[in-house]
Amino acid sequence: MRATLATMERFDVAVIGGGMVGTAIGYGCAALGARVAVLDEGDVALRAARGNFGLVWGQSKGDGMPAYGDWTRQSIRLWPDLAARVSGLAGRDVHYRATGGLGFCLDEKELAAKADFVRRRHNDGHATLRMLDRRELLELMPGCPLGPEVLGASFDPSDGHADPLVLLHGMQAGLLRAGGRHLPGAAVTGIDDAAGFWRITRADGSAIEASRVVIAAGVATTPIAAMVGMDVPVRPVRGQNIVTERLDPILPLPASALRQTGDGTIQIGVTNEDDGSFEIATTTAALARMAARAIRVLPAIKAARMNRAWAALRPMTPDGFPAYAESATHRGCFVATCHSGVTLAAVHAGPLAAGILAGHLPEFAIDLHPDRFRGMTHVSSH
Amino acid sequence: MFRRTEPTDCTISWEGRDIPARAGESLAVTLLAAGVTAFRQTPVTGTERGPLCLMGACFDCLVELDGQQNVQACLAPVRPGMVAAMQRGARHFHQSEDAA
Ligand SMILES: Cc1cc2nc3c(=O)[nH]c(=O)nc-3n(C[C@H](O)[C@H](O)[C@H](O)COP(=O)(O)OP(=O)(O)OC[C@H]3O[C@@H](n4cnc5c(N)ncnc54)[C@H](O)[C@@H]3O)c2cc1C
Ligand code: FES
Repeated sequence: MRATLATMERFDVAVIGGGMVGTAIGYGCAALGARVAVLDEGDVALRAARGNFGLVWGQSKGDGMPAYGDWTRQSIRLWPDLAARVSGLAGRDVHYRATGGLGFCLDEKELAAKADFVRRRHNDGHATLRMLDRRELLELMPGCPLGPEVLGASFDPSDGHADPLVLLHGMQAGLLRAGGRHLPGAAVTGIDDAAGFWRITRADGSAIEASRVVIAAGVATTPIAAMVGMDVPVRPVRGQNIVTERLDPILPLPASALRQTGDGTIQIGVTNEDDGSFEIATTTAALARMAARAIRVLPAIKAARMNRAWAALRPMTPDGFPAYAESATHRGCFVATCHSGVTLAAVHAGPLAAGILAGHLPEFAIDLHPDRFRGMTHVSSH
Repeated sequence: MFRRTEPTDCTISWEGRDIPARAGESLAVTLLAAGVTAFRQTPVTGTERGPLCLMGACFDCLVELDGQQNVQACLAPVRPGMVAAMQRGARHFHQSEDAA
């Protein structure tokens, strides 16, 4: 490293990873007055931030981990304010619509399983979630041409959806507006102690220094967290997506794996392929299966043309819940990872960013510490 | 804006008026050669848009073609007498072109 201490740029916070989590934290810290750099890879990077489904979603979250449920609901409460800010920053509507969200059931077995889940969530204090039968669904969405197989759905009135690309763009704009730096183009390769600062080196030979480091590298979190003495197992879980041409409004509420965007596009999701591979190719078999199910919900979209399909990788921990921590050996170095980065953007830009600057994470983070993964062999996705 | 290098050999209808065309070229080329740049109005703001990529990727060249909506003009070969119009907003779904 040729750069001398005198010429090396110093920041209060360096965020490693400019995806949905890192950008939210970087924006939040910068908005609170910190000098922030967000370090990211180049255009070919694996980014769930640019390939996700856009739900701001609480109904499926927290089963088996109440802290995650509470953290999610706190984020949903903060979302209207975040939406207003990012829409202003992006110069276009992030299309956040808290219309309530659905989980469609297409046969008796699905209905029974969903009702069981809803009952369990209720007993855990998740009071807004309930089941709707077909008649109630049609009352909620008059004129929606639901297919005859739709028997009912789970419904949470606080759920909604947003445009994840506008969200990312708006938070990035907010980072820059608050004086932060966005430094894409080279992977971080090292984090070293440099007399009171952390020196971060990158693949292009450049380096910066920072008092605090936040590792938010998505599916690449594990090796980077290891550089600061943290064991954070994260694996990729692939999700495929379809978008159709833009259509007149046909589905007023978003559902798990089926939503109509503010622009009129129908987005159809989404696989959970847990094969350990970092490949992001789509497969005809999966796309056909996804489309077939969407058509059972809304037979009219059979006539819609598919415009694009893609796959992206969710960062998944062994128990499927987020992980937040400060390193015990490298003070000032934090890690943050989750597979619901859109939903949690509001708490990441808010209380999490504030906690990182203050040097102690919010209370929820205690239960979400990656130490819980020690010896964990059971693997599930929530 | 554009000058043809080959002669035209037929006409098509655009927004109710006849436009000279060459069979087999793309509808986008026909319209651009005739000075048309507004192919559609966007569903969100109603802004007028025209072709950007001319290779099927950007979906900015959408038109209504022979009664079918959201057709990419850059991918539609010209047939003599075809009838095209601007795509105004999103595809109107409920009265969808089942006949198509
Ligand atoms: C198909 C799909 C659907 C989804 N749907 C939803 C949804 O509906 N709602 C929801 O809330 N969430 C959803 N998600 C999850 C959400 O997209 C992720 O939780 C979120 O993007 C994770 O953010 P991240 O910043 O951790 O990772 P990413 O967004 O993947 O970003 C990681 C970043 O780190 C960078 N990086 C990696 N290594 C390095 C390095 N060495 N140096 C510098 N930078 C590095 C990468 O380049 C990348 O930019 C979905 C995900 C997928 C894949
Ligand atoms: S001009 Fe881009 S798709 Fe037709």
